[in-house]
Amino acid sequence: MAINTNRPTSPHLQVYRLPLTGIISITHRMTGVMLTAGLILFVYVISALAGGADSYAAMQEVMNLWLLKLVCWGFVYALFFHLCHGVRHLIWDAGNSFELETLNRYAMIELVASLTLTLMTFVWGYYGL
Amino acid sequence: MAEFTLPKNSVLIEGKTFKAPVSAKNIRRFEVYRWDPSSSEIPRIDTFELDMDSCGPMVLDAILKIKNEIDSSLTFRRSCREGVCGSCAMTINGKNSLACTKAIDSYTGTIKIYPLPHMSVVKDLVADMTHFFAQYASIKPWIETQTPPPADVERLQSKEDREKLDGLYDCILCACCSTSCPSYWWNSERYLGPAVLLQAYRWLVDSRDENTGERLDELEDPFKLYRCHTIMNCTDTCPKGLNPAKAIAETKKLLVQRKLG
Repeated sequence: MAINTNRPTSPHLQVYRLPLTGIISITHRMTGVMLTAGLILFVYVISALAGGADSYAAMQEVMNLWLLKLVCWGFVYALFFHLCHGVRHLIWDAGNSFELETLNRYAMIELVASLTLTLMTFVWGYYGL
Repeated sequence: MAEFTLPKNSVLIEGKTFKAPVSAKNIRRFEVYRWDPSSSEIPRIDTFELDMDSCGPMVLDAILKIKNEIDSSLTFRRSCREGVCGSCAMTINGKNSLACTKAIDSYTGTIKIYPLPHMSVVKDLVADMTHFFAQYASIKPWIETQTPPPADVERLQSKEDREKLDGLYDCILCACCSTSCPSYWWNSERYLGPAVLLQAYRWLVDSRDENTGERLDELEDPFKLYRCHTIMNCTDTCPKGLNPAKAIAETKKLLVQRKLG
């Protein structure tokens, strides 16, 4: 009987159900990439500001498109999410709060904190303090 | 390198369905990963309908029932059936665990059973553990000493020092944690993975071991240790309730403390 030595790899991402901490971990990495890409937009805005009245007006028109507004707020949320999970990493690096019971609680705190910070920025941006 | 999709020879197809006997009233569905090295076929998912009125309470009982009564070719590892040998580690409904300690009733609906994730499959639910155990051997899981042994007694340990090994010596090396770790999936050839790192820490904190410095030298490596990104799948999945992520963090702390003197 011939033995098939071309062994398959067992399914991984296809079947594994990531716990909340796992989902947050990959989101942390994705928001990091998004923030880096978002800096291109940030540089565009800054250089338009420095370029005088005409370039400023042109930039404002572009930035008022709803799609770019959405990108902007996505950037703000990504920033706060990345920040909150960054703080979580600092706590971990100090060797604290690895207990199973605290994991989901901290994850929820991170999510709520990042949403709250985004909302506060929104309110501050539109209505002033 | 990270490959998020399965290679061509590993993609799953639908397999056979085995219906429960007509007389069965209490039926549960089990979907089981199958691959037979003596055929040229790719892996498939077989569906078994079992009569729960004549089946034991644990997932392992269901698998044994399939092997005994429906398909004797179903292949898996099992031994102690009480969670101390670590043989029957597998992925049950998306989470690694020991089939012998998981009650069927703790799941709802169809129970899906796969071999440990991202491993080379020997047959059905049996994964090739060669590399995993080679990595374990690489951290020298035994006491290493410089001083000669005491003349009349064993190398003694205070109760407090012994307590430092709690939650570490209990590891049964079932590999549930390592094979739940995405970092281990993408870098298992160089990253040691949570189970082996927990064992490495177990020897670092053993008061009788006198090779701490060399052990730390071995671990101070961007891949062996520092591929841990605190994803926490390991701690989430450990069927013994241990905390490999914490052991890894403590190891990182030992390395920092050594640098700072």
